[in-house]
Amino acid sequence: MAFTAFSQSAKVVDQAPKGKSWIALILLAPGIAYMLLFFVAPFIQLAITSLQAPAEGHGIGQYVAGLEFINYWTAIQQYWPQLVRAFIYAVIATIIGLLISYPLAYLLGVTLRNRAMLQGILLILVVAPFFISMLLRTLAWKSILPVEFIGTDGSVIFGLIYNFIPFMVLPMFASLQALDLRLVEAGTDLYASPVTVFRKVTLPLSMPGVVSGTLLSFIPMSGDFVVASRSFLGSTDTAMIGNVIESNFLQTQNYPMAAALSIILMLAILVIVATYVRRSGAEDLL
Amino acid sequence: MRSFSFGKALVPVVSAVTLIYLLLPIAYVVAFSFNERRGRNNISWNGFSLQNWQNPCGAPQVCTAFSNSILVGVVATVVATILGTMIAIALVRYKFKGRSTVSLLLFTPMATPEVVLGAGLAAQFLLAGVEKGIGTIILAHTMFCISYVVVAVKARVASLNPAIEEAGRDLYGSPTQVFFRVTLPMLMPGIIGAALLSFALSFDDFIITNFNSGTATTFPKFIYISALKGVPAQANVLASMVFFGALLLVIIVQLVNINRAKRLAKI
Repeated sequence: MAFTAFSQSAKVVDQAPKGKSWIALILLAPGIAYMLLFFVAPFIQLAITSLQAPAEGHGIGQYVAGLEFINYWTAIQQYWPQLVRAFIYAVIATIIGLLISYPLAYLLGVTLRNRAMLQGILLILVVAPFFISMLLRTLAWKSILPVEFIGTDGSVIFGLIYNFIPFMVLPMFASLQALDLRLVEAGTDLYASPVTVFRKVTLPLSMPGVVSGTLLSFIPMSGDFVVASRSFLGSTDTAMIGNVIESNFLQTQNYPMAAALSIILMLAILVIVATYVRRSGAEDLL
Repeated sequence: MRSFSFGKALVPVVSAVTLIYLLLPIAYVVAFSFNERRGRNNISWNGFSLQNWQNPCGAPQVCTAFSNSILVGVVATVVATILGTMIAIALVRYKFKGRSTVSLLLFTPMATPEVVLGAGLAAQFLLAGVEKGIGTIILAHTMFCISYVVVAVKARVASLNPAIEEAGRDLYGSPTQVFFRVTLPMLMPGIIGAALLSFALSFDDFIITNFNSGTATTFPKFIYISALKGVPAQANVLASMVFFGALLLVIIVQLVNINRAKRLAKI
């Protein structure tokens, strides 16, 4: 299935006869050119835009090239609460999401390992949300949850957790399915309590799945602006950095501000992810 | 393990709760596609009716948005699948300078928040003076789809046994013949999976689309805009149609896979 193929980390076996490199060049050139043009270049444009100055005597959305590094300072000064809030929401939602997704991944990958039919059905249920509009599902919660709860920190975190459960479950499922059960048995035979076996054997061996699952959730969560927007599960008090980038770019057309905020968000994520990956000892995943 | 009954119960109980959490909104979206229409609002239950299913394009704009999404999804998927598959083959099969840089270049879009990708592309289109519309949406979607295609197809290429292709060469197959008659068919399950994933991602993308669509509307953008005033039930109908279609497709693929596994087990 498409989604499990994606979640299984590619085991790249070095395939012996290495071909001629000009063929590789032909194979790579169009795709790489595309990525340079539509992924790398936009980053450079974002950096250029973030340093622009307002054009004198022109209307809204008019800017000229500049080196206004002060834009970054203004952005942080003005929007640090939304930036901090986004990361607090994302951290809480990632932790709770992990706690409720791990048992499901365990059920799929270990408990139901030899029951292909049931495992298949449950896997389809886990990926089912991918097939139906994310926005409609988030709006559905707005109607299902009590009115007083909507627009609070809790409802935004609730929505964030909800949207990323499959991203959490699938990589952990892939890790747990590859877990050698004889190792668990060995632990039990040596009189380790089930809790110890889990802590010393199962959890460390499923760590690659835990790290990819949490990253696949945490990064998009911290930049999300749908869940926290007022017409979905948020209110003005729950605005995240994504909401601010969106409103600065598309509504007030303050492009330098939106660009500076995007770059700040990206750098903050890089620092957090690098620290997390190093501390969880999973460097070779990246 | 008898002493661990609490732990034993924990896994299925938490799993059940998580699954309900995951599936409840889907049931809600499908149920409200059958809601009787009273005004534009589709929030309170008015009674069962088939009127929305009989007239899925009944709300203004909804079918235009829907067909735009399909157009964008198809074009982005075709281009991304071709370019991505080529890159995946090159990455696994050839040694070249800068291979890890190329891998990093393809991995980074997946590790970048969509809001940053969207704002970057929009800044680029703005500076280049390109007018935003369906074309810019397609350009943007193709970009992130390539990354996902490469990851999915790379796994498949890596699992191929080079001996089979060698056999083809030993039987005097030309490189082109070996590629189209042996390599490509063996890669097909991975390529089809990647294409489906790519279409699903494009079809449901809102954040990047929102930054790069100008006045053009896609299905998710239509829902986002209508969310303020109330989403018409026709949107639920169209979303449910896609849902059941995709579900059917996945079930067929699963059944074929299980059957193949059984046949292989017999040999």
